[in-house]
Amino acid sequence: MARVTKVALAGEGGQGVQSIAEILAEAANEEGKNALYIPNFGVEQRGGVSIAYVQISDGHIGAPKFIEADILIPLSPRAVHRTTEHAGKNTIYIYDNSLVAEGEVNDNIVGLQYFDVTPPCPTADQPNKDLPQDMIAGEPKTCSFSRPGPGIDPKDIPEVKKVIAIPANDIAKDELHPRVFNIIILGAVIAATEVLPLDAIKKALEAKLGHKFEANPKLRDMNYQALERGYNLIKGAM
Amino acid sequence: MQELKEQGTLQPAMPTCWNEETKPHKFCPGCGHGIILKALGEAIDELGIKGKMVYGCDIGCSLLAWDFFAIDTVQTHHGRTTPVITGMKRANPDIIGVAYMGDGGGYAIGSQHLFNAAVRNEKITIILCNNCNYGMTGGQMAPTTLPGMKTETSPYGRDIEATGAPTKGPEMVAAVAPEGAYVARGTIANPRQMKGFIKKALENQIAGRGLSFVECLSSCPTNWRTNAKQTWEFVEKDMTEYFKVGELRVPSEMKEGK
Amino acid sequence: MAEVSLKGEQRVFMTGNEVIAWAAVAAKVDIMYGYPITPQNEIMHYWTRLAPKHNKKFLQTEDEISAGFTSLGGVLSGRKAFTATAGPGNVLMQESAGMAEMMRLPMVYVIQQRGGPSTATVIYAQQETTLTTFGGNGEGHRIVYSTAGHQELFDYTIKAFNSAWTYRFPTFILGDGYQAKMREPLTIYDPEERGITLVKPEPILGDTERPDRPYKHLRNTYNTEDELYNVVMANQRDWDAMADKVVEWDAKGCEDADIIIVTHGIVSRAGLGAYNQLRAEGKKVGYFRPITVRPFPGKQLQEAMKNAKKLLIAESAYGQLLKLVQTHTYGSTIEIATLLKPGVGITSEEIYEECSKL
Repeated sequence: MARVTKVALAGEGGQGVQSIAEILAEAANEEGKNALYIPNFGVEQRGGVSIAYVQISDGHIGAPKFIEADILIPLSPRAVHRTTEHAGKNTIYIYDNSLVAEGEVNDNIVGLQYFDVTPPCPTADQPNKDLPQDMIAGEPKTCSFSRPGPGIDPKDIPEVKKVIAIPANDIAKDELHPRVFNIIILGAVIAATEVLPLDAIKKALEAKLGHKFEANPKLRDMNYQALERGYNLIKGAM
Repeated sequence: MQELKEQGTLQPAMPTCWNEETKPHKFCPGCGHGIILKALGEAIDELGIKGKMVYGCDIGCSLLAWDFFAIDTVQTHHGRTTPVITGMKRANPDIIGVAYMGDGGGYAIGSQHLFNAAVRNEKITIILCNNCNYGMTGGQMAPTTLPGMKTETSPYGRDIEATGAPTKGPEMVAAVAPEGAYVARGTIANPRQMKGFIKKALENQIAGRGLSFVECLSSCPTNWRTNAKQTWEFVEKDMTEYFKVGELRVPSEMKEGK
Repeated sequence: MAEVSLKGEQRVFMTGNEVIAWAAVAAKVDIMYGYPITPQNEIMHYWTRLAPKHNKKFLQTEDEISAGFTSLGGVLSGRKAFTATAGPGNVLMQESAGMAEMMRLPMVYVIQQRGGPSTATVIYAQQETTLTTFGGNGEGHRIVYSTAGHQELFDYTIKAFNSAWTYRFPTFILGDGYQAKMREPLTIYDPEERGITLVKPEPILGDTERPDRPYKHLRNTYNTEDELYNVVMANQRDWDAMADKVVEWDAKGCEDADIIIVTHGIVSRAGLGAYNQLRAEGKKVGYFRPITVRPFPGKQLQEAMKNAKKLLIAESAYGQLLKLVQTHTYGSTIEIATLLKPGVGITSEEIYEECSKL
C-alpha cells in the first residue's frame, strides 16, 4: 500500500492556516498525486484555533482525519495544546519560536457557521498599509502577530521524532512582510513533507494569486522569497 | 334531462370541466365548496384552459375535491398545496396552476407558504375557502373564526384577548404582494361576483402578471350547527361585518383593460 | 486551475458540495429547490452559479418544508428536480418524503449529515441514518445511498436520479459534513459518453404539450383501512422487487475472517484502512460495507459473516447502523462489538485499536 503523508497545521484564526493547507493540497493534486484536505471547523472557532488536515499519497487515502501526524505544525501556544493528540513518536514537529503573544480574537460570534471565514488579523499593527487597499479589499487578512509575548514554551512540546523551530513570525514581520507569514510556513511544510518540489507550490500560488501578481509584481517576489526562506530553514534541519 | 341537453335547450348544470362520474359530490348539504367549485369550473370552461391546468387541493374538506374535476389533480399535505403548485409552475411555466385550500391550509400551517408566494409574486392562482372553522376535523377554531364564535376549541366563544383576532388573509397578501398581483374576496352569497373574481384571478395568471389570490366567504352548516336561514345570515351578515367583500388589488394592466 | 467542464473525462479537485452541483448538471437535472443550512449551502452556491450557463433553474424557498414540496411539484410536472439539506432540515424534509413514498414520486434528496439531535453541530455525524432510511410516517419505501467520498458523490448522485425515475421511490444521497467540506480529486464525466443511459423524466401531471391527454387524479388520502392496506402492500411489493436490483455493498476478506469490520459512508474508509493494516499483519479480519443502507444488504451480510466469530460495528452515531445490522441478521448469535461515536469522526487507527483488542 502506498505511503500516505499526513500533515496537520494549526494556528490562530488570522494566521492563514486553511489557505496554505488548501494550496498544499491543490499543488499535490496538480502534481498528479492523490490529496485530501479537510478543515476543522465548528465550536473550536471559539478560542480561535484553526486546524487543517492534509494527506498526500501516490495511492489511496482513507479517512479524512487521522490521529498521528507525520508532520505537525502548531503556530501558537494554544495550537500546541490543542494538537497534542496528533503528536506521536514518528511525528516531525515544526513550531514558530518567535516571541509573540497569540492573537486575542474578539469572539462575540457564537457558533460561527461558515468555517472558511478567516477573522481579520487581530493584533496586526496595520501590516497591509503599503499595499493598494482596493487590491486586498474584502480579503481575509492573514499576517504575523506583533505584540511581544512569551511565545511557545518548548516544555509544552510532546515526545516526537524531531522538533524544528523556525522564527517565521519574526522573519515575516522584520525581514519580509507581515502578510507572507503563512507562505513561509508553506515553504517549511514542503521541505518537511519531501513529497513535492517547491516548483509545484509556485505553480499553485501562480494559479491562485497570478492575477494579483500581474498587477503588482512585488507581491510575487515577496511570496517566492517567503516560500524559499521557509523551505531552506527546514531543509537544512531535516 | 339528457334529451333536453341534446336539444340544446337546457343549459348543462355542470361545468364541462367537472368530472361527472363523481357527482353528486361528497361535500355536506349546504356546504359552500360546491358553489365555489362551480364558479371555478365555469371560469375554467369560459377561458378554455382545461388542458393546461393542474388543480391542487389541500387537506381538510378541500381534499374531497381530489377527483372533482376532469383535470389533472394532486392532493397534497396540509398547507403544502401552495408550494407544490409553485414548484410545478416554476418547473413548467406553461401550466395554469390552481391551489385550493381552506383557512388552515392558507392562514395557519400554510401561512408561511402563502406569505412567501405573495412576496415572490408566484404566478399561480390560490383560491381559499373561508368558513371560519376547521370543518373536516370536526369544527375546531380556525384563524378566521369570528370573535365570540363557538367552536370545538373555543366552546365559550372565541376570546380575542387570548387567541388573537380573525386573520384577514387577502389584506395581508395585498399588503406584501408586488405590482402584478390580483387579490380579492368574494362570497358564495354573490356567486356571480365571486365567479368574476375567480375568472380574473385565472386571467391574471394567464397573462403572467403575478400572484392571484381569491378568498371566498363560505358556509359550514354542519359545524356551525345552523339551519338554512341561519347559515345564510351568518355568511351574509356576520362574516361581512368582519371580512369585506371586493377587490383589494388589481394590477394596473388589468384596470387599463389590457 | 483549469476550467471545469463535462466534456470528456476531467480530473478535478473540489469540495463535495461542488461535486454534487456538477453531478446534478451531468445528470441533466432541470431545477433545484433549496433552503440554506450548514454544511450543504455550497451546493446551492455552485448550482446558482452554474444554472444560467447550463439552462437550469433554481428557487430558494422559505423553509425546508417548502423546499421538499416545491421539489415534488417539480417532479410532478416532469422535470428532474432535487433538494439538499442537513440536520433539522432533514427532519422537515421527511414530511415531503412521506408524500413521495405514498405517491411514488421520483424525488431526490441530498443529505449532508451534521451533529444531532436538534441543531447540535454544523460539522459532521452519521446520526441521520435512521431518519433518512425510515423518517416518514410509513414503511420506508425509499432508496438511500451512503457515499464514501467524492467520486461516489458524483457517481451516485447521477445514479440516484436514474433510480428515482426508474423505480419511482424517493431516493437519498446520504453524505455528511466531512464529504461536504473536504477537497479531494475525482473524475467528472458526461454519463452518456460513458455509456450510462440517463432515464428521461416525463410529466406526471400537467403535460401541457398534450392538452388532450386523459386527466389524472392523484391523492395520498384514503377512506378505509382496506384501501390503504392494498396501496401500501402494492408499494411494498414494488419495493421488494426493486431492492434486489438496487442493493449495493462491498465486502473484502470475509471468507476466512474471524472478525468483520462493518462500516458505512465515510467511516468505511477508516474501516478499509484498518482492514488493510490488520491483514498486512496477518490478522484474519474482514470488511463489509453497505453502500445502500436502504435496501440494506442483509442477505449479503449474513452470507459474509457465516464463518465469522465477531462483528465490529463502527459509526459516528449511537447505534443507528447497529440497529440496521441487528434487524437484518436477526437470529444470528454472532458477537457484536461496537465503536459508537455520535457526531465524532473515526480514524482507521481507532478502528485498528478497537479491533486489536477483540
